[in-house]
Amino acid sequence: MWTWFYRLASPPYVYGTAALLTPWFLAAAAVTISYGLVGGLIFAPPDYQQGDAFRIIYVHAPSAWMSLFAYSTMAVAGAIGLIWRIKMGHAVAAATAPIGASFTLLALVTGSLWGRPMWGTYWAWDPRLTSELILLFLYVGVMSLRPAFEDPARGDRAAALLSIVGVVNVPIIHFSVVWWNSLHQGSTVVTIDGPKMPGSMLWPLLSMFLGFMCFYAAVLCMRLRGEILNRERQSAWVREAIHP
Amino acid sequence: MSSGAEGLCIDRVHVWRGDRHVLKGVSLTLAARELLHITGPNGTGKTTLLRVASGLLRPEQGQVAWLGRPIASARAEYHSALAYAPHEPALKGDLTPLENLGFMIGLKRRVQAAELKAHLVRTGVGECADLPVRVLSAGQRRRVAMARVLASRAPLWLLDEPFTNLDRAGSELLSVLLAEHVNAGGMALVVAHHDLSIAATLRRLELA
Amino acid sequence: MSADPNTVGAARAMMLVIRRELCLSFRRPEQLLQPLVFFLIVTTLFPLGLSLQLSLLKEMAPGVLWVAALLSSLLALDSLFKSDADDGTLEQLALSGQSLTVIVIAKTAAHWLLSGAALVLISPVVAVALAIPPPAFPTMLLSLALGTLTLSWLGAIGAGLTVGLKRGNVLLSLIVLPLAMPLLIFGAGATDRAISGTSAAGALYFLGSLCVFTATLAPFAVTAALRITLE
Repeated sequence: MWTWFYRLASPPYVYGTAALLTPWFLAAAAVTISYGLVGGLIFAPPDYQQGDAFRIIYVHAPSAWMSLFAYSTMAVAGAIGLIWRIKMGHAVAAATAPIGASFTLLALVTGSLWGRPMWGTYWAWDPRLTSELILLFLYVGVMSLRPAFEDPARGDRAAALLSIVGVVNVPIIHFSVVWWNSLHQGSTVVTIDGPKMPGSMLWPLLSMFLGFMCFYAAVLCMRLRGEILNRERQSAWVREAIHP
Repeated sequence: MSSGAEGLCIDRVHVWRGDRHVLKGVSLTLAARELLHITGPNGTGKTTLLRVASGLLRPEQGQVAWLGRPIASARAEYHSALAYAPHEPALKGDLTPLENLGFMIGLKRRVQAAELKAHLVRTGVGECADLPVRVLSAGQRRRVAMARVLASRAPLWLLDEPFTNLDRAGSELLSVLLAEHVNAGGMALVVAHHDLSIAATLRRLELA
Repeated sequence: MSADPNTVGAARAMMLVIRRELCLSFRRPEQLLQPLVFFLIVTTLFPLGLSLQLSLLKEMAPGVLWVAALLSSLLALDSLFKSDADDGTLEQLALSGQSLTVIVIAKTAAHWLLSGAALVLISPVVAVALAIPPPAFPTMLLSLALGTLTLSWLGAIGAGLTVGLKRGNVLLSLIVLPLAMPLLIFGAGATDRAISGTSAAGALYFLGSLCVFTATLAPFAVTAALRITLE
């Protein structure tokens, strides 16, 4: 029963399986994202309060969710690599970090674009956007720590430890920022919360969530294959795969 | 050849440093009254092997066992039984030799200053026992490090290039101390790039 | 092995480590003073750069005080493991037969005594310069004490990971500052509420629980980080 799990620890197996899965994930992402974008940008009715500006939620909310999901994945994969010494864990963590950071950046940019019509300014220290910004700093920390070590194995382990410490802190940071924002309520009372959603708005949004997950999985598979090739470049099967 | 159950046993250990396969399936055993001289050209992993033996470096494959048990499962006991002297003498420059020893040995067992002073005298640095280590010469620091190994009363000595910076008298003294330790029932792993002349059971392991 | 009167227990080991840290620091007193002077300098920067209006200073004061405390604590963290790693004594501590976690707790406690506690002691001087009213001092001192203690632990994790790296101190700040943001929020928030007269209890409770949480888990993270560094 555990054989599939052991096979996941084998680089050549993961390399081959990822190649097979990528086109499926990409196709699923294409379908769900198209439905989501068409449904959300064109067919959903405009919000009575925010007008058409709310439509950016179709990109902003999935990005924010993915940024958190990717960080958790990175921490769990790193923990697997650190505790059970399974090298694939470190490969997944290294592959996922830039993807997560990009989602965070996307969430910040779309959030700030959304803020412009709401607050009149691109940045108003909204609690959720501020938490996203701190999450971006956490990503940058992990991504800077890994290459700082001369021995890549030690760099992997240090980055894994840091991402575990970070993932424990993410809820604490979020709670603190929400509290801080409630203290300093100034003029920006409207948070960029989504409107209450009828079905015609909700289904495209859920579809976007699913689409972003599939897109993440596809990109992860592609980056993971590159990571595996790089990490295993000394081994025989890689030489076979490159020069058959 | 000893079975290894009475001492140190390193079994087919592999270590990679980045891309370099530094230790390729190295094995050794060490029992009481034995001194193993590890030698080989530069870059063949002699220091790495010593660090694996000390438990600081976990090998990717292979195992290190002390008295029949893997060291990972009995770390504290294993470390109480060994004295590791790295290439650079590990001493705080702002403390005196007496204070350095008092702290390092004090973590292992209760010890009187008089006993530590006696060890420092034995290794020839008795008169600098109250000077800060940073004003001592390299040879004197090496002698203080020797005194620390002596004072630790550890059965297993792991020494990395212990003859560095020692003058002729110092080298002779170290050889005598090693012989005394081994003949009294202790064991030692000594990394040295030159030949050793020690009046005790001497085996060689050459890394390539 | 039966109970040997010669064996050294954890408490005695901690006392030895703390005594060594204090001894080493007092032999280099200038290194003790530098972070404190940095604290004073940074707090001076804000009035110089912003405004002399006392009312404005008072509003900014908690934040300024806390940012300065954060930055000077980061500076002091450099000395936690670096000198031991450089001369090889850190390895010897890991090989001493004592639990590395016990040693880490002792080192961090000593480090806080020498840097964080010192900061708390001179904070009233800075508070007066920033026009913080004396009735707010007890809350300010308590929040700084809890905050610097938590920061010593967070910083120890960062220091354990980055000691021995080139430009490790820059990475240390990069790693530790985001994790320290909740401390800043609640510490400055508590002081702010104390100044305005409302109850700071909620913020202080949260700071306290954050401190306990960190002090419970961080020693293991620091030990793990040091073992990675020492490989």
